Amino acid sequence: MNYNWNWGVLFEEEYLGWLISGVGWTFSVALVAWVLALAVGILVGVGRTLPSRPVALLCTTYVEIFRNVPLLVQLFLWYFVLPEIVPSDMGRWMKRDMPNPEYVTAVVGLGLYTASRVAEQVRAGINAVGGGLTSAAYANGLSTAQTYRYVLLPISFRLIVPPMTSEFLTIFKNSSLALTIGLLELTAQSQQIAEYTFQGFEAFTAATVIYVVIALCATVIAQILERHTKIPGFVGKA
Amino acid sequence: MNLLKPILAGAVALGLALPVAAQDRTGTLAKIDASGEIVIGHRESSVPFAYLDENQKPVGYSIDLCMKIVEAVSAELGKELSIKYVPVNPKTRIALMANGTIDLECGSTTNNLTRQEQVEYLPTTFITGTKLMVRKGSGISSVADLDGKAVALAQGTTNERAVKAAIETMGLDVKVLPVRDHAEGMLSLETDRVDVYATDHILLFGLIAKSKTPDAFEVVGDFLSFDPYALMVRRDDSAFELVGKKALAAVFRSGEIDAIYAKWFDPLGVGQTDLLKAAFQLNALPE
Amino acid sequence: MGDFDLSVIIDNLPFLWQGLQLSLLLTFLAVVGGIVLGTLLALMRLSGILPLSLLSAGYVNLIRSVPLILVIFWFYFLVPLALGRPIGGFYSALIAFVMFEAAYYSEIIRAGIQSVRQGQVHAGQATGLNYWQIQRYVVLPQAFRNMVPILVTQGIILFQDTSLVFVVSLRDFMTVSSIVARTEGRLAEMYVFAALVYFVICFAGSLFVRRLQKAKTA
Repeated sequence: MNYNWNWGVLFEEEYLGWLISGVGWTFSVALVAWVLALAVGILVGVGRTLPSRPVALLCTTYVEIFRNVPLLVQLFLWYFVLPEIVPSDMGRWMKRDMPNPEYVTAVVGLGLYTASRVAEQVRAGINAVGGGLTSAAYANGLSTAQTYRYVLLPISFRLIVPPMTSEFLTIFKNSSLALTIGLLELTAQSQQIAEYTFQGFEAFTAATVIYVVIALCATVIAQILERHTKIPGFVGKA
Repeated sequence: MNLLKPILAGAVALGLALPVAAQDRTGTLAKIDASGEIVIGHRESSVPFAYLDENQKPVGYSIDLCMKIVEAVSAELGKELSIKYVPVNPKTRIALMANGTIDLECGSTTNNLTRQEQVEYLPTTFITGTKLMVRKGSGISSVADLDGKAVALAQGTTNERAVKAAIETMGLDVKVLPVRDHAEGMLSLETDRVDVYATDHILLFGLIAKSKTPDAFEVVGDFLSFDPYALMVRRDDSAFELVGKKALAAVFRSGEIDAIYAKWFDPLGVGQTDLLKAAFQLNALPE
Repeated sequence: MGDFDLSVIIDNLPFLWQGLQLSLLLTFLAVVGGIVLGTLLALMRLSGILPLSLLSAGYVNLIRSVPLILVIFWFYFLVPLALGRPIGGFYSALIAFVMFEAAYYSEIIRAGIQSVRQGQVHAGQATGLNYWQIQRYVVLPQAFRNMVPILVTQGIILFQDTSLVFVVSLRDFMTVSSIVARTEGRLAEMYVFAALVYFVICFAGSLFVRRLQKAKTA
């Protein structure tokens, strides 16, 4: 295997700058998309368990659509198709004047996709709380809204902390798909460095190390969170 | 009787000279002589320099020029040579040349001094540089018109540096969209996300030719950078290099270069620039 | 939205079908390879032999920390380098997918193996079977039967993941759709069509999984 090793290339001014910029974009996309995913996902997840049939159906449709289409296709739909099918003024604004169209599109696409996964976790959490507690709540005269607010949600949120932290890590990994719509995040930058310097090993190792560090941090945060939110007596949802 | 000595001397001298001349072969010439085969590295889709036609055979402007060199090598060695084609890409071409896998690289490689630390180049065969591709009717005809517009640039390229330098010098307000490759750049222009895509002018013509609506685009502006293309050979092998230089000089001198150039570039509508004509003349060294 | 042009899809149907075939082939081979390698990894992890267990755990955790696109880039770069010669994109992609999915499959299979009651293993040992025989005839068959729905679900996820070979221009269904979209200038039609095709296949798959799960608990 003929290969010239040159780890120094990663610290050269231009390429180091690329890596740092890539990391910055990865974090920006992942974190903001996570906020969006939580907001939408909790609403949809709760909606799926509501007694009202139309709402439940609507939420189920949302989840099925966003889960059965690959994230890559979803990003393309948001980025390439949406500006073409809305009125041309809005389309032009989306393409030109909206600040950072690639970033915004990546956040929206990744956020709504992850929201469907969050919704599933929330639904599973609510269902795991068990019919007994729900019936007891109704028997005590709590309305549906109160049942959710005081019984179901607090418990189910604590139950789903482990799978949610796994989703949090997944969103960091999925942020790499933003490179297909032109956002130069970490994976994209590492490929760029590999292409310009021919030092693929070094470039990809840099990206791998950074992702592993992110994963380790996420795991540590997860363990701390789980310790604080564990419910004694419940074998948590794994 | 008086003639015998000179004739004998001449025969001995000739007898000594022939093997010595053969032993003078070093480097690439020796390798080709020994194997009877010359190995050519080529690109697979660098239109029109070197690419694969429908029969998967390598053809192109650089390939035609390389064939002239192969003829010259064959004449120099006094034997028929077989040609082996090895596909290369920007990642592999220098390594394959340096480690001896290929003898001659026929593609669209820019000659620059950094690369000359690892390989050597024959006389320039094409000159390109950064130009701007815009939609016809956009009213942009040079860098100065970019004020308030959006331009797509491939990150890390000489094109990016050239355009950014020009923008800074002129103090223009330009939105830059970083893209990863030509396909992305072209797409961003086609979908009207940017007004301009800038890269080597010859590549722009290729992109336009391949697009669905070639008449919608045009290449404008002066050259913003200087990128001479040349055929690559091994470093520190002046014997082989000389054969190549001689072959190209012959092509430049005889004017055959114009026919070869026209064959590949007329369909694209790319004429010889004055600089290129000058380069051909300067390298048309007399025997 | 004026002209939604279906003819673009119909005209390019053969080309699109080729792409879909590649996606399905890649999925199938990666599922098989992933399960085989994943089973090996799971057995290593549960073997009780520390070096094997650490190796397996280290590998699985490493793969699960990085994005699939990065893994694809890695193998596209490494495979030709290691072999010393250029290799077709399909094989690099296949290797990348098998190595990636094996980590995820190994977690599923490990859970499956652990769900088989220890009593079964003991009974096997009492009957005089050795380790490999116990795995082959007692543990793995039961583990797999339990895990079939989840394995199929992971297969559907794998099918969606194959769209990522777009980043290396391997001509799967997604790449082909985008090639047609670009050359015909019809982005909306092609991407909506691609979304529909993926949706139909994945939704059908998930319904199949639901039936499997019902059959299991019936």
